[in-house]
Amino acid sequence: MADTSSAPANAGGGRPSVGLFVTCLVDLFRPSVGFAAIKLIEAAGCRVSVPATQTCCGQPAYNSGDRKDARAIAENVIATFEPYDYVVVPSGSCGGMLKTHYADLFTGDEAWSARVAAFSAKTFELISFLVDVRGMTHVDASFAGAVTYHDACSGLRELGVKNQPRRLLKSVEGLKLVELKDADVCCGFGGTFCVKYPDISNAIVERKATAVAESGAGTLLAGDLGCLMNMAGKLQREGKAVHTRHIAEVLAGMTDEPAIGEVER
Amino acid sequence: MVAITSPAFKANAKAALADPQLQKALNHVRAGFIAKRAAAVDALPEFDALRDSARDIKNHTLANLDLYLEAYEEKVTETGGHVHYAETAGEARGLILSICQKAGARTVTKGKSMVAEEIELNEHLEAAGIEAVETDLGEYIIQLRHEPPSHIIAPAVHLTQGQIEADFRRVHTHLDPKRDLSEARELLAEARGILRQRFLEADVGITGANFLIAETGTSVIVTNEGNGDLTQILPRVHIVLASIEKVVPTLEDVSQILRVLARSATGQEMSTYTTFSTGPRRRDDPDGPDEYHVVILDNGRSDMLGSQFQDMLRCIRCAACMNHCPVYQEVGGHAYGWVYPGPMGAVLTPQLIGIDKAGNLPNASTFCGRCEAVCPMRIPLPNMMRHWREREFERHLQPVTYRTGLGVWAFLARRPRLYQFAMGIAMRVLGNLGHRRGRFRALPLAGGWTKYRDLPAPAGKTFQEQWKEKQRALAGRET
Amino acid sequence: MSARDTVLGKIRRSLRVTAEEPGRNATVDARLKRAPKGVIPARGQLDSAGKVGLFTAQAEKAAATVTRVADITAIPLAVAEYLRAHNLPAALRMGEDALLNGLPWQKTQIEVSHGASEGRDAVGLSHATAGVAETGTLMLTSGVDNPTTLNFLPATHIVVVEAGAIAGDFETVWANLRKRYGKGVMPRTVNMISGPSRSGDIEQKLQLGAHGPRDLHVIIVG
Repeated sequence: MADTSSAPANAGGGRPSVGLFVTCLVDLFRPSVGFAAIKLIEAAGCRVSVPATQTCCGQPAYNSGDRKDARAIAENVIATFEPYDYVVVPSGSCGGMLKTHYADLFTGDEAWSARVAAFSAKTFELISFLVDVRGMTHVDASFAGAVTYHDACSGLRELGVKNQPRRLLKSVEGLKLVELKDADVCCGFGGTFCVKYPDISNAIVERKATAVAESGAGTLLAGDLGCLMNMAGKLQREGKAVHTRHIAEVLAGMTDEPAIGEVER
Repeated sequence: MVAITSPAFKANAKAALADPQLQKALNHVRAGFIAKRAAAVDALPEFDALRDSARDIKNHTLANLDLYLEAYEEKVTETGGHVHYAETAGEARGLILSICQKAGARTVTKGKSMVAEEIELNEHLEAAGIEAVETDLGEYIIQLRHEPPSHIIAPAVHLTQGQIEADFRRVHTHLDPKRDLSEARELLAEARGILRQRFLEADVGITGANFLIAETGTSVIVTNEGNGDLTQILPRVHIVLASIEKVVPTLEDVSQILRVLARSATGQEMSTYTTFSTGPRRRDDPDGPDEYHVVILDNGRSDMLGSQFQDMLRCIRCAACMNHCPVYQEVGGHAYGWVYPGPMGAVLTPQLIGIDKAGNLPNASTFCGRCEAVCPMRIPLPNMMRHWREREFERHLQPVTYRTGLGVWAFLARRPRLYQFAMGIAMRVLGNLGHRRGRFRALPLAGGWTKYRDLPAPAGKTFQEQWKEKQRALAGRET
Repeated sequence: MSARDTVLGKIRRSLRVTAEEPGRNATVDARLKRAPKGVIPARGQLDSAGKVGLFTAQAEKAAATVTRVADITAIPLAVAEYLRAHNLPAALRMGEDALLNGLPWQKTQIEVSHGASEGRDAVGLSHATAGVAETGTLMLTSGVDNPTTLNFLPATHIVVVEAGAIAGDFETVWANLRKRYGKGVMPRTVNMISGPSRSGDIEQKLQLGAHGPRDLHVIIVG
């Protein structure tokens, strides 16, 4: 049986090999995002593999002060993805962890320093990979309707993901991009924050939901499933008629699946 | 001023969210500070280069803080001033009271000083029979209410105009009750009149210092009102209360940092009054204090040097971080429970009062990073909040359920096959439960989420499961 | 052990240094002596006319009013004009500043008094040491010539500044101050003033005249 999850790098005739870091939320809650990401990465001329030994990026442990577990998880991730030219992540939050924070877990460790540096250097958030690394300027997709976009914090501030999603969205046929008021303000998810401090998280996401509704767009997009689930959950609790999707779904033209938190009609 | 309530942060926050007057007042924070700062930054192309320069100046100074403090002290003494060191808040209070008593002080005017709040100076003076009058308008207002400040540069930002009018009427009983105070300018005029009298009769004036300049032995204060100036030039004695990290080497260094201070704080290019004071009055000065004292306070800051928290000593108290913080914007400053709120408070408070009391503060953050993005001194605030969480983890200070839950997750994450097995089952169960509506209005163990939001249901099969099936199907077709 | 020893000792322990390292001491001494300049905004790097223009625009943005006269003898009339226009009594207080005192005040009806203010003056008149164009800031120094209390107690503050004394940036005024007073020496007070007194403490509404002057009027001469 062809086991593509451990294909050696560059065995595919010059096309770069990409290891897809699925992220736990995509893996568990919305696999369609993973398939959309694969379609986009392949359209960008790469071969995609999905290593089976990936689980979590370690951010929950890291942000809770548990460096030991975070480090152990990081070692597994780095080793798992070593065979590939690139590591691509459909999440700014996990992407930021892998690209900007992993080094911190290995400071002063001579044995690992080079491996971590090499790993982080070849790791990219999905949209940033398509535009900044693969030079993608447009997608072959269409989407009827007005769409608004939320800048998830980690992608924006740790990885500089801001113009790239907007560029690609504007190339989607039929799509009307409406700027969201305070698009770059946090949605209140913050990983465990939303359950540690639910009242404050609610106040923040309430404000975000109001801005989304006031944008007049029928669809909300972002690059992070955690933020998306948080915002979708609030929009639905408030009965607001907005569909929420991961940006990859729209860019890949894979919007047949019900939006987040919805069922097929 | 008031008891520390940081351990009750959650309850404080809940009350703050339900407080309509506070929420109305916080609208002004959301609307005003952010846009003003952005405009000022846009108008100065060199702003980011100045941030780098300011950061480097502070880093150099902190690495040589002992020597710069000595150089500063020498200059102050040369110009006829006196420098007093205080290791603790108690020592600082004692020194200041002693100076006031030697001067026979009955009334003391005060410029705005967060360090004075930190050491609870006013209570100490009042207990010794000396009246301490806050002269910054915002500080004066909260002094009438016996409240602490809720913001480090706009102390009364949590109050509406109506509340301020009510306090003026309640306290200024010597004035005509029928007077019109419906306009903000009438309130200002009333405060100006009352405080002008207090300025003129004060025996001692106490200010903080934004900077202490080693080259010249100079203290610098930055105000918009001019109250700090009237506090320090009218009375016979001027006391400067400043913490050790306020030192900068030269006049040029101060100018670098001043260029990012007001712009980050209020969006002004310069605060109205930036005043450089050096020693007591000279022989031919027709005004100014006869005595000039500087009380230099440590209170836990020397422990930050050489630690993971050293960068926090670069803070110039501009408040840009809290102005941009989504958490501060919702709950305001009092929820944080002590002197320093917002992101800078989340890093500094555990150092000064202990992580066991202040644990909530570095935890109540989404790590959105906006604070660090706007900090003029490029302080990595989220990183330092994370360091506090590491200290908590090491000392087992986090709630047991939280630590256990995360421990289970980490246990599984380190064992991919067990993870996939367990998650496969969990997602299948949740997927079945939720497949009719696609989301949960309520879910056991997920109350923190579902109290306010629906929880989208998982698809049922995980991505890894679907991927494996697809690969098997492909392989099956190939054979 | 004194508090001084304790605090400095704690700092040294945290930094893992002693007081004796010659390298550190030399670095600090050299830096204090050299006073390097850092980043200077380009906006103030203009010719004389440019600097005066920028200073005026910036001062006005900070809610000061600005007027210009060709030479110093025109100042008393410019002041009288201002007082009239603002319904202020024809009286002011100034220090012993040579330039201000040498002016033909007798050409006006203004009652001039001298010395530090005790809070009973409606109008104070000062002569600024310098102006800073980059932010529309006036630099005033303490002393019998221009008592500091005149900058804060009267509700109206009128300041004369020579066009030639308007520098592009703060670094220039510090260099000039050093030339005048000597390295490491400062007058008791240096006020950098940018506009009249204000407060935003009541619902973030900006209001002028918090404790210091409500009006700051600048007369540029030359």
